[in-house]
Amino acid sequence: MKAFTFERANSPAEAAAAAVRNPGSRFIAGGTNLLDLMKLEIETPSHLIDVNGLALDKIEATAEGGLRIGALVRNTDLAADERVRRDYGVLARALVAGATGQLRNMATTAGNLLQRTRCPYFYDTNQPCNKRAPGSGCGAIGGFSRQHAIVGVSEACIATHPSDMAVAMRVLDAVVETIRPDGSTRSIPIAEFHRLPGDEPHIDHLLTPGELITAVTLPKPAGGKQIYLKVRDRASFAFALISVAAIIFPDGTGRVALGGVAHKPWRVEEAESEMPRGAKALTARLLAGAKPTPENAFKLKLVERALASVLAEAKGA
Amino acid sequence: MNHPDDLEISRREFLVMGTAAVAVTMLPPLAEAQAPPAAPVVKPAAVKLAFNVNGKARELEVDTRTTLLDALREHLNLTGSKKGCDQGQCGACTVLVGGRRIVSCLTLAVMHQGDSITTIEGLGTPDHLHPMQAAFVKCDGFQCGYCTPGQICSAVAMLQEVKAGIPSHATSDLTAAPQLTPAELRERMSGNICRCGAYSNIAEAITEVAGRTA
Ligand SMILES: Cc1cc2nc3c(=O)[nH]c(=O)nc-3n(C[C@H](O)[C@H](O)[C@H](O)COP(=O)(O)OP(=O)(O)OC[C@H]3O[C@@H](n4cnc5c(N)ncnc54)[C@H](O)[C@@H]3O)c2cc1C
Ligand code: SF4
Ligand code: FES
Ligand code: FES
Repeated sequence: MKAFTFERANSPAEAAAAAVRNPGSRFIAGGTNLLDLMKLEIETPSHLIDVNGLALDKIEATAEGGLRIGALVRNTDLAADERVRRDYGVLARALVAGATGQLRNMATTAGNLLQRTRCPYFYDTNQPCNKRAPGSGCGAIGGFSRQHAIVGVSEACIATHPSDMAVAMRVLDAVVETIRPDGSTRSIPIAEFHRLPGDEPHIDHLLTPGELITAVTLPKPAGGKQIYLKVRDRASFAFALISVAAIIFPDGTGRVALGGVAHKPWRVEEAESEMPRGAKALTARLLAGAKPTPENAFKLKLVERALASVLAEAKGA
Repeated sequence: MNHPDDLEISRREFLVMGTAAVAVTMLPPLAEAQAPPAAPVVKPAAVKLAFNVNGKARELEVDTRTTLLDALREHLNLTGSKKGCDQGQCGACTVLVGGRRIVSCLTLAVMHQGDSITTIEGLGTPDHLHPMQAAFVKCDGFQCGYCTPGQICSAVAMLQEVKAGIPSHATSDLTAAPQLTPAELRERMSGNICRCGAYSNIAEAITEVAGRTA
């Protein structure tokens, strides 16, 4: 691990200001992704700003009838919150489908959104990877690509976003609240928060240098049947091959987002009108223009079957 | 002859340099413009730290890079917590911070100023075993024993999580209080890997303690 200096921030504004004062700095929350990558020298910050002392660990009701989730709320506590379990079941289910009890006790809401890809070439510093070393090439294209993306891919990168929580946040229309080093704040809809790789795959999201996430807000409960289905290589403690987050209403209409298929949680609002016509029609619209590799083309069929299973479950079959 | 540590460091530095040289020759000119600004190089920094470990106030001065696991093992000689993977994947380093289980390999010691930490050494002693330790002995919940301290710390906190109503992937009704069914126990303990495969006896030991405390 490269050496770094360390400070504890006392307020969100102070943390954001400290980040621009120290070029090469990073915030550290749970540490479960950042520290892992620092040990491998994939992340090499020269200064760490510990944000764990910031009072951003509350879940509060909003005036609009939704919830405001502090950036530091741990994944365990978010899944256990009574309101989340009752009104945002798809979020509680996505959270408990991720990682392990120990890791969920550490992982924070903001850190989870910002976790980096699990592409094995990104993790192996002997391999080319445009995300880790821009311009070095992509090891996965033409390499082992079973876990990789099938939609929204580019010539430069076919990585997926590994978060389960973010897929549920996408179907719930969450909004990411931030503060910037100049003290200004903004609200970024989750749909715009993560980006597609394009020719700059080293950029995962819209945050600017020093911008700190303070909260994630959820609109008022959507109702409906809320389902999170994660398909993985073993029954527990594995990242998704693909996942489905769905909210389905009694009349058969609804919303759906997919995990494990793209560089960001994948949702195509226009495709959702196909939901009452069944999984095949829905998949065709959701994955239109897909560019799978020979190794991950199975994901097309897997998505269709997972959607069929979710639609059947919603009907009570 | 070189001290083995020196040898280790020089070999590592050599490898790092080697990769950098290869990367430079392979890079097309565009890459330099796109690369994120490199972080300035800083000297190793030591930080003072005070926390409570197994009921005792402890003060340390550690390099900022020291994980909580390395602080416990290398600085405080509490070698009960084990390093299996150092990547959050095995659970051998599980300790309790404020009563909650975490993997101590993926957190920095300096992030625990003022915290209360319990390791396997603090749960019980050879003369006064914690009920979970006693149950592991009775049920033969191990073979080589390497994963055992992590399993026991994890199990103790896991039972508290069930009591506190925290749901898991195996919980069928999110709005009801979870019960410790065999499926729940296995799912909740999935972060503790046992290379010897002592799982059935581990599950038996935990079930026995859960039955007693229920
Ligand atoms: C073995 C293992 C298995 C896992 N399995 C799964 C899984 O199945 N599903 C899943 O979804 N995840 C999984 N994870 C990933 C885990 O969920 C993430 O590592 C975790 O959510 C990251 O949160 P953190 O608080 O620890 O982030 P950190 O590691 O502290 O930070 C991550 C990034 O976010 C930045 N950051 C943190 N807080 C803020 C803030 N407030 N504002 C701006 N930037 C911030 C940091 O600078 C850093 O770049 C797994 C992880 C491990 C180690
Ligand atoms: S898919 Fe993306 S992350 Fe993986 S090797 Fe290619 S560029 Fe790197
Ligand atoms: S050593 Fe920490 S999880 Fe394996
Ligand atoms: S007893 Fe050997 S690893 Fe579990």
